[in-house]
Amino acid sequence: MTPFLRRALAAWTALVLLFLWFPIAILVAWSFNDSRLNVLWKGFTLRWYAVAFSDAGLLRSLGNSLWVAAWATLLSVPLGTAAAFLLERHRFRGRDLLETTLLLPMIAPEVVIGTSLLALFVAVGLELGFATVIASHVAFCVPFVLVAVRARVASLDPALEEAALDLGATPAAAFRRVVLPVVAPAIASAALLSFMLSFDELVVTWFTASASSRTLPIEIYGRIRRGLDPGLNAISTVLVAATLAVVALAGLVRRRSGGSR
Amino acid sequence: MSGAGAASRGSREPGPPGRVARLLLAPLVAWAIAFAVLPTAMLVACSFGRRGTLGGVEPGFSLAAWGRLLDPTVRVVLGRSVAWAGLATIACLVLAVPAAWTIARSAPRRRAWLLAAVVVPFWTSFLVRAYAWVTILKGEGLLNGALLAAGLVSAPIEMLYTPGAVLLGLVHTFLPFAILPVYATAEALDPALVEAASDLGAGPVRTFREVVLPLLGPGIAAAALLVFVPALGLYALNDVLGGGRVDMIGNLVADQFTGAARDWPFGAALSVALLLAFAVAWRLAGRGGSLAASLER
Repeated sequence: MTPFLRRALAAWTALVLLFLWFPIAILVAWSFNDSRLNVLWKGFTLRWYAVAFSDAGLLRSLGNSLWVAAWATLLSVPLGTAAAFLLERHRFRGRDLLETTLLLPMIAPEVVIGTSLLALFVAVGLELGFATVIASHVAFCVPFVLVAVRARVASLDPALEEAALDLGATPAAAFRRVVLPVVAPAIASAALLSFMLSFDELVVTWFTASASSRTLPIEIYGRIRRGLDPGLNAISTVLVAATLAVVALAGLVRRRSGGSR
Repeated sequence: MSGAGAASRGSREPGPPGRVARLLLAPLVAWAIAFAVLPTAMLVACSFGRRGTLGGVEPGFSLAAWGRLLDPTVRVVLGRSVAWAGLATIACLVLAVPAAWTIARSAPRRRAWLLAAVVVPFWTSFLVRAYAWVTILKGEGLLNGALLAAGLVSAPIEMLYTPGAVLLGLVHTFLPFAILPVYATAEALDPALVEAASDLGAGPVRTFREVVLPLLGPGIAAAALLVFVPALGLYALNDVLGGGRVDMIGNLVADQFTGAARDWPFGAALSVALLLAFAVAWRLAGRGGSLAASLER
């Protein structure tokens, strides 16, 4: 590669990253701007954080989001992990059909998932609320857990487990001491993935939530449509910081799991 | 995740489920039926029903909703969705391929940082990122403020609520989706192949066209799919940045269920048609696994 080409590629990459980060940086910087109108820099202030964190509507929806994401993770991780083991380790009738069905929510556009679940909930007379939101989030989180955990299960040599069994370990002990340590990091990152997918979800929630189970993205969406709001800059900055923390955490989990990036 | 894969599969072939596995199977099958099969069936049933007076649907059998798929409105919105999603895909690939290649070829430490610089925006809520563009593009926003202060314009330019703003938002939202799979392919690629091409006298353009591009092919295909498919089904972003003037197919569906139109059978027919189109697209492009595989990175 010529030095010119190398420099051109580096410059291009810098521009791409700048484009990705520029609006985020502006958003974060202006969350500290002492101006209601959001145009020019007036001075440093923390008052938008005070505004955001004394806003009952925002706080309630943030609480709702955390609650929903926690339950969605708690339910989709065991389901997706069980599916990963079953589909990877066993052959049975209807296996391909089950796999396709379980992966369907990952392939379908969000608007289709949302409307189909709404149609179901209405047909069976289920009132919209936390239960319907959590169920719909589990529906689209399970396939992601399945795929993430399955890759790791596939890389696990069954001979290791067999050796443990031959050496006298009970099946439960072999699973706990041989299989689990290898698969655990994948389960942990699948849990993170579910949590973040659920926490960020707007469209599916839009169709399956009631007024009292509105999540943070729905609240933010409503506020953006109403216009500029420095409180939104503050809450967005908190979300960006939380994302940074989660990505760092995921990096640590992966490093501890060793090898696989 | 780069597993050792099936290479090290041991002596035991996957067998029929044992007692524990059968216990696991029951809830999974129940789950798949309750939250994938039944909703889809309901949607199909709904599309053949009659429109309820207060929204919802009344039982019956009618093909009216399916007939409406041929409406000119649907054609216009569908054409626009495909056009915008296509433009966004091309823009994302043009931006992503050289960047992904460069990141993959940099030294390990720097590579980790550059990759993190892509992953964090990837995980940052698209609403937050769309709102950032609103603060920049709005009439009383940052860019107009700067232009006015610099004396470059005498009145604010309308930038928000234009098709250009929607396209900008689409590219910004999906750019990381394009970079990550291309990066994954580029990283696994043997640099010696590229060196060999230039050693044998190929210029940079020829090397790129005849060596790099074919090798990156699968990654680029995955990237195109990962941008085009969600961009097509998008619902909220064009609302925030296009102000309801740049409706896409997702808006049309949502409008039938929760918006002013209130025509569930029509919305359901649109949804089913969209689902079928996506299923075909995924089928053509191989398995859905590539999505999660690139998310894993």
